[in-house]
Amino acid sequence: MSTISENGAVGRVQGGGGLAALAATLHSALVRARTKLLDLLPLVVALVTLLGLWELACRGAGSSLPPPSRVVTDTWPLIIDPFFDNGGVDKGLFWHLTASLERVAIGFALSSITGIALGVLIGQSSLAFRGLDPIFQVLRTVPPLAWLPISLAAFRHADPSAIFVIFITSIWPIILNTAVGVRQIPQDYRNVARVLRLSPLEFFFRIMLPATVPFIFTGLKIGIGLSWLAIVAAEMLIGGVGIGFFIWDAWNSSLMSEIILALVYVGLVGFILDRVITLIGNRVAGRKVG
Amino acid sequence: MSHPYLSLENVGMDFTVGGRVFHAVTDVNLAIERGQFVSIIGHSGCGKSTLLNIVAGLARCTEGGVILDGQEVNSPGPDRAVVFQNHSLLPWLTAYQNVRLAVDKVFGGRKSTTERHDWTLHNLRLVHMDHAVDKRPDELSGGMKQRVGIARALAMEPKVLLMDEPFGALDALTRAHLQDTVMEIQTRLNSTVIMITHDVDEAVLLSDRIVMMTNGPSATIGEVLAVDLPRPRRRLDLSDDARYIGYRAAVLRFLYERHAKHEAA
Repeated sequence: MSTISENGAVGRVQGGGGLAALAATLHSALVRARTKLLDLLPLVVALVTLLGLWELACRGAGSSLPPPSRVVTDTWPLIIDPFFDNGGVDKGLFWHLTASLERVAIGFALSSITGIALGVLIGQSSLAFRGLDPIFQVLRTVPPLAWLPISLAAFRHADPSAIFVIFITSIWPIILNTAVGVRQIPQDYRNVARVLRLSPLEFFFRIMLPATVPFIFTGLKIGIGLSWLAIVAAEMLIGGVGIGFFIWDAWNSSLMSEIILALVYVGLVGFILDRVITLIGNRVAGRKVG
Repeated sequence: MSHPYLSLENVGMDFTVGGRVFHAVTDVNLAIERGQFVSIIGHSGCGKSTLLNIVAGLARCTEGGVILDGQEVNSPGPDRAVVFQNHSLLPWLTAYQNVRLAVDKVFGGRKSTTERHDWTLHNLRLVHMDHAVDKRPDELSGGMKQRVGIARALAMEPKVLLMDEPFGALDALTRAHLQDTVMEIQTRLNSTVIMITHDVDEAVLLSDRIVMMTNGPSATIGEVLAVDLPRPRRRLDLSDDARYIGYRAAVLRFLYERHAKHEAA
């Protein structure tokens, strides 16, 4: 009798322990979820306030812009099905965004490689710096779209012209930041390389690149932002599939709601691109890039 | 006739600044035997670091030359490893990787991968840093960073180890620990060392000879003091040793009586 009651007591204690542990995990999960939500609270409040103001401002019958509620109802088919493809330029937003991203990817890849190479050149050689830096400083102020006519004339096709505009827009911050990075490599690191007799190639990969990575990625971040700015504008002019053309097309059909939806997507994609570059930068550098 | 292991012969260094020639260092003659620990001491601006850079090959002297083990020095190389004043570790590499980079470069063709791994760890053990091999420089204290810097230099098996105010940036206690480590290693490996310092106690404690520099411009060797104290040396025993006090006084007299720096420090 007594043994049974003892066993029962032991069993109960163990069961209680299990429950307590479960409760504790649950509690800490709840606490974590709550802090997450509290972190997001200011953003939610700001968003709701802004949407509310917009709704109030555009609610009237004579309003030239639709309120957010109208935007959602108008574009609901586009929101729920971004993947439709009726041929030609009548495609879902996913396809437009993919087309734009493809152009950005090609143009940006080209400008990254060329930009880093040129940055290393003018960072390392003061002769190259004196020769090229003034030219770069002038060219980088040319607005992206000013390059479009020339590139259309040179390439005679819409796609390569758009890619060239991306390239020429995003290359300057990459060159200039890389050059600053190369020039700030401490003399100490160079001395270490000289004592170790590193070859130029070894110096490049083992010292220069890692020492310059934070600067390069600052340039790449600015570059990808500019690319995304330029592609939307360029596509408005060259036509075809792409989010820029989608906006232009919507404007020509007076579909304001579609334009607003597209703007939201453009903003979100631009934000994601920026984050992706930062993430890669942190990975590559093994430390925070900024 | 026998040549000294390392000799500086009529070494001079001129800089041209704005069209005017400035003689930083002139007529430096110094012979150092293998296994000797030589300190170079002097007021700041006396060209100590210039001299060390010339031996390292990081700077080319404009007059005279440096001969190490029968060969003229005219470019930097791992046979004259340098411990830099501010450690100069590469911040993206761990302590192990910093040393390993040097080991791979110097012994890449001669040692197997396992041997190079063991040699890297061996040198980190020598400086008592085997507990932090996977730490990056920013996770290490100033003294620890300098230890790794010393391990990196030792791992190159240099003919002469060059130290440019290696403990200048450290607090007094850490500095004492590192001095002990350096003494211990130097006795064990019988390394030839040139150390730049402006700390009189450090110079007397560590050196076989102290080279005292006159003030610039046209700085040169004013006096060389042989420190004849038995090794191993222990700082506590020496603190009231008559000879130690005598050497210390001699260096102080040179620096503050005969070659005092008159401008405001």
